[in-house]
Amino acid sequence: MTTREAMPGAVTDVVIVGGGLAGLPLALALAKGGLEVTVIDAIAPATSADPGFDGRTSAIAFSSCRMLDELGVMTRLKGQTQPINDILVSDGRVRGGASPLFLHFDHREIGDEPLGQMIENRFLRIALQKSVDAEPAITQIAPATVRKAEFSSAAGTVTLSDGRRLSARLIIAADGRGSPMRKQMGIRTIGWDYGQSGIVTTVEHELPHEGVAQEYFLPGGPFAMLPMTGNRCSLVWTEKTAAAKAMVALPDADFANEMRARFGTHLGACRPVGPRWSYPLSMHLARGYVKPRFALLGDAAHGIHPIAGQGLNLGWRDVAAMAEVIVDAARLGLDIGALDILERYERWRRFDNTVLAMTMDGLNRLFSNDIAPVRLARDLGLGIVNRIGPARRLFMRHAGGSIGDLPRLLRGEAL
Amino acid sequence: MNTKTPAARINTVDPAEIARFSAMAAEWWDPAGKFRPLHKFNPTRLAYIRERVVRHFALDPAVRRPFEGLRILDIGCGGGLLCEPMARMGAHVVGADAGDLNIATAQVHAGEQGLAIDYRCTTAEALAEAGEQFDIILNMEVIEHVADRAGFINACAGMVKPGGLMFVATLNRTLKAYSLAIVGAEYLLRWLPAGTHEWSKFVTPAELAADIAAAGLDIAEQTGVGYNPILDRWSLTPDMAVNYMVLCERPR
Repeated sequence: MTTREAMPGAVTDVVIVGGGLAGLPLALALAKGGLEVTVIDAIAPATSADPGFDGRTSAIAFSSCRMLDELGVMTRLKGQTQPINDILVSDGRVRGGASPLFLHFDHREIGDEPLGQMIENRFLRIALQKSVDAEPAITQIAPATVRKAEFSSAAGTVTLSDGRRLSARLIIAADGRGSPMRKQMGIRTIGWDYGQSGIVTTVEHELPHEGVAQEYFLPGGPFAMLPMTGNRCSLVWTEKTAAAKAMVALPDADFANEMRARFGTHLGACRPVGPRWSYPLSMHLARGYVKPRFALLGDAAHGIHPIAGQGLNLGWRDVAAMAEVIVDAARLGLDIGALDILERYERWRRFDNTVLAMTMDGLNRLFSNDIAPVRLARDLGLGIVNRIGPARRLFMRHAGGSIGDLPRLLRGEAL
Repeated sequence: MNTKTPAARINTVDPAEIARFSAMAAEWWDPAGKFRPLHKFNPTRLAYIRERVVRHFALDPAVRRPFEGLRILDIGCGGGLLCEPMARMGAHVVGADAGDLNIATAQVHAGEQGLAIDYRCTTAEALAEAGEQFDIILNMEVIEHVADRAGFINACAGMVKPGGLMFVATLNRTLKAYSLAIVGAEYLLRWLPAGTHEWSKFVTPAELAADIAAAGLDIAEQTGVGYNPILDRWSLTPDMAVNYMVLCERPR
């Protein structure tokens, strides 16, 4: 901005509460669109970049990759991305191996681009932070929390834990599943706990994975092996929460044996390396995403079962839609915090998020059991989808995020 | 009626008065409220104005305030729905309206938003008399309400600097306009209070073109503006049978 209108106290364009994997890309997109942004996070950037902070690896859909590219983040991830060329989905039993009926997604069927990229969350956080550091229109305040949020006809004002007050035309909450801002704003959610937890660790194996992601449906929940750089896989192993806790607490050798019983031998000798994490799984959907001068983004608005690894990509679709709506409004001189502007974002995203949450919920219910007729039906289902080319390609395009009314950033276009 | 000028009303610090105007401003600016149709319509006409102004004056479309340095008059500005975006885009804006309540309301709202806009309770004729000159005049949804249309357009045109622009938006006098803008918008959908528009005062593009030519301006472009009830969205259309806009220019 070249000049600033006279205003009691400093008013920035947007305050984003939460500088995580949803908040930082939004800050970058808005700054590229010419807005001034302040990001507040409870955790200092150095802490969230620590190897022990977030052990997950994310499958980044190819539409999301285009956005990272457009935001200048992809170039900072050289050598840290593993393309996903194929996805193999099959039913399985512990020690029983995979069912002969399976589903195979091959990226060559829908184009030259891989289905997505596997990137360790830690590297994503570091790359996003570097891009934010290089962006003069973004101010970062961390560690700090929001003690109070107040709204007037002209601005939203947050009071921080250290007593500082910040005003903005628009306050966006990207503060995660438990979103304290969402609670403070009195926005309720619907949802349930799956009684499952995801065990996450890294596995080193003897033979190359060739960029193949594998997912077995075991009675305790899906067991996914996602290719990482080198001869490594990120293991996402879902179990009933009590079983998951016990598993994580096992001595290393016993844990390795349990893992091998499920992992199989197709990649040769394998062993878990590094720490193990366990994340409780739940689904939640906010009843509304927006209020005047306020909006929810990413996990603060919705959380889904990770059965198809879509959570982060959904959050990024929120980012791309929000950035487009806000930047377009700002260009026309409109008030970016006005409810009619924010409702465009809500209409754009809420339906998609709800449909995907329910689909993932249904898939989890269908596969996380060992009931013989259900098992037969789903195996036949997998086999049938695998034999129908158009259905298979539709699934792939969906997972790649190239279906529906896509925001410009996800099409790889500038804002 | 109160005989004090609106400026005087605002300057006399009466908290009750300010609160009343603030409440009226909230009404004007509520996107779901009484002026919902205008809020719906606004992005379409703003996008058109921005695009044409940037092109005509060879401005940089990538910057936040492309209109920096331009002097704009919004005649019949109401609560300031066009003035505020113009000010945010960097223009020096004069908002004129004959209704003193509108002006007081617009002033209070711009103050709350921290925007500097020169609002005046006056008429086009009085501004022209005072020798005011503008790079751009926004003459939007006004001519169908004035008594002497030719005189009004002449007064506005006289204030356009050589090489400057005037945007005129109004309603065509067709059966379609009668059924949509009056029967539909006022009586069926109740978007607007009944009696907002008088069909006989609607203006055909030919009549408008004659007034504009008589006032010494050239017509650069004409376009229809249409409403899609399914998408609940306005967009530009070649069909000028209901809402339409005319862009004119004073020759250098």
